[in-house]
Amino acid sequence: MTIPENLPLNDEGFLTDPSVWNEEIAKALAEQVGIELTEKHWEIIRWAREAAADSGKAPTLRQITNGTGVTTKELFKLFPKGPAKKIAKIAGLGKPEGCI
Amino acid sequence: MKTLLILGAGTGGTMVANKMADHLDPQEWRIIIVDRDEKHYYQPGFLFIPFGIYSQRDVIKPKRNFLPPSVEVIFSDIEVIEPDKSRVILRKDNKVINYDYLVIATGSHIHPEETEGMVDGGGWQKNIFTFYNLEGAVKLANFLKYWKGGRLVLNVAEMPIKCPVAPLEFLFLSDWFFHERGIRDKVEIVYATPLPGAFTKPRASAILGGMLEEKGIHLVPDFNIMEVDNAKQVIRSYDEQEVEYDLLVTIPTNKGSDAIARSNMGDELDFVPTDKHTLRSRDWENIFIIGDAGNVPASKAGSVAHFMLEVVIENLLRSIEGLEPLPKFDGHANCFIESGFDKGVLIDFNYDVEPLPGKYPLPGFGPFSLLQESHTNHWGKMMFRWMYWNILLKGGEMPFESQMSMAGKWA
Repeated sequence: MTIPENLPLNDEGFLTDPSVWNEEIAKALAEQVGIELTEKHWEIIRWAREAAADSGKAPTLRQITNGTGVTTKELFKLFPKGPAKKIAKIAGLGKPEGCI
Repeated sequence: MKTLLILGAGTGGTMVANKMADHLDPQEWRIIIVDRDEKHYYQPGFLFIPFGIYSQRDVIKPKRNFLPPSVEVIFSDIEVIEPDKSRVILRKDNKVINYDYLVIATGSHIHPEETEGMVDGGGWQKNIFTFYNLEGAVKLANFLKYWKGGRLVLNVAEMPIKCPVAPLEFLFLSDWFFHERGIRDKVEIVYATPLPGAFTKPRASAILGGMLEEKGIHLVPDFNIMEVDNAKQVIRSYDEQEVEYDLLVTIPTNKGSDAIARSNMGDELDFVPTDKHTLRSRDWENIFIIGDAGNVPASKAGSVAHFMLEVVIENLLRSIEGLEPLPKFDGHANCFIESGFDKGVLIDFNYDVEPLPGKYPLPGFGPFSLLQESHTNHWGKMMFRWMYWNILLKGGEMPFESQMSMAGKWA
């Protein structure tokens, strides 16, 4: 699966307009970071989209574990390396706000 | 009589008390400031203590000395804030304070117990230390005095942390310190960080990452610590990477104040949801937040609290007059980064503009160099302690503008 052309991505591959997102795009973005989406992945991605619709920004790792009940360890298995960043990317949300 | 209540007499709270004492008519207003500790700590100085550059007496002074006589100072823990009733209950004598306006300046605090095995595994303050509080910094100094070398691992548990450049400074100063002691060849220095590089912002990350490499400091990026295994002397990440240590220096999870947690006013890390441009509470119109206590996506640092000051004061005064607050805060931060051997680097940035090279604060002249090592930057940092005690805390004029400027920067 390839990323559709003309998709509004920033230079790090984050969707800049969450409203164009759909499940096909999510699959393509996931594949790009080497993840095949299972039902468990979808559950978290849907939760993240809802959370972002409320708060206006991508949820942090702690918000995801608190909100979904999935443990941090499990999240690292599902979305290796940086779960918060990968979830934001696949869910079509902006990059989580830099925290410096 | 109306009441302005300030919670926390650290850098932010002290500056607000001084400024508001100048603005408010004492016939109409009383200003109360509450803090649990009578001592004011110069927190940027903690970094220098492990290396014997500063001692305890360089970083502690009585809080009362920095507050105007017209301000009522109460030393007590805060039991709970009740924002819907505009009142705060203190631990001391269960005193109730009703306020018209509240400024929250309760800071951020370390929680090493958030990481399994950190404080409860047997190594705490034997070969596991933190320099993020005074006690830890002093204990680490005693340890380093006699350390014969080995593998030093500096780990950041999770972001955000107070003073995000402090880990880099600690690494650079370690390299210098072990050189001076003649044992640099016996010490391996490792930096395990949850960030993808030396720093979060790309251009600074590349330059500071290059400096780590030059100094022979090994970077382990994307390391999210899960636990400390004291028996094996390794830290283990959520994805099962292990990093061995002989000496572990941790920058633990940072959270807002316990009082914020007890009052259910914080986010998942007990930082208070704050409008990032007006610095007013997102939920209560008569509450403003300064410094580390809020959740704005700016650095948690004294310089940032200082740049917030003007905006908080203006918006408090506007609110008192019945006007809407202005969205003036731009996330401005600047940090001197000690890089060892009497040199330093200076960075200056905001919400939108990453640290760039150039000259500061006077375009083209400096005297400070941005994103570049210089001796002047180091002297700027050392001089800053005097400015902090004598000018900054009292809300005096500093030679830096609140809003960031692009003049003198090379984009």
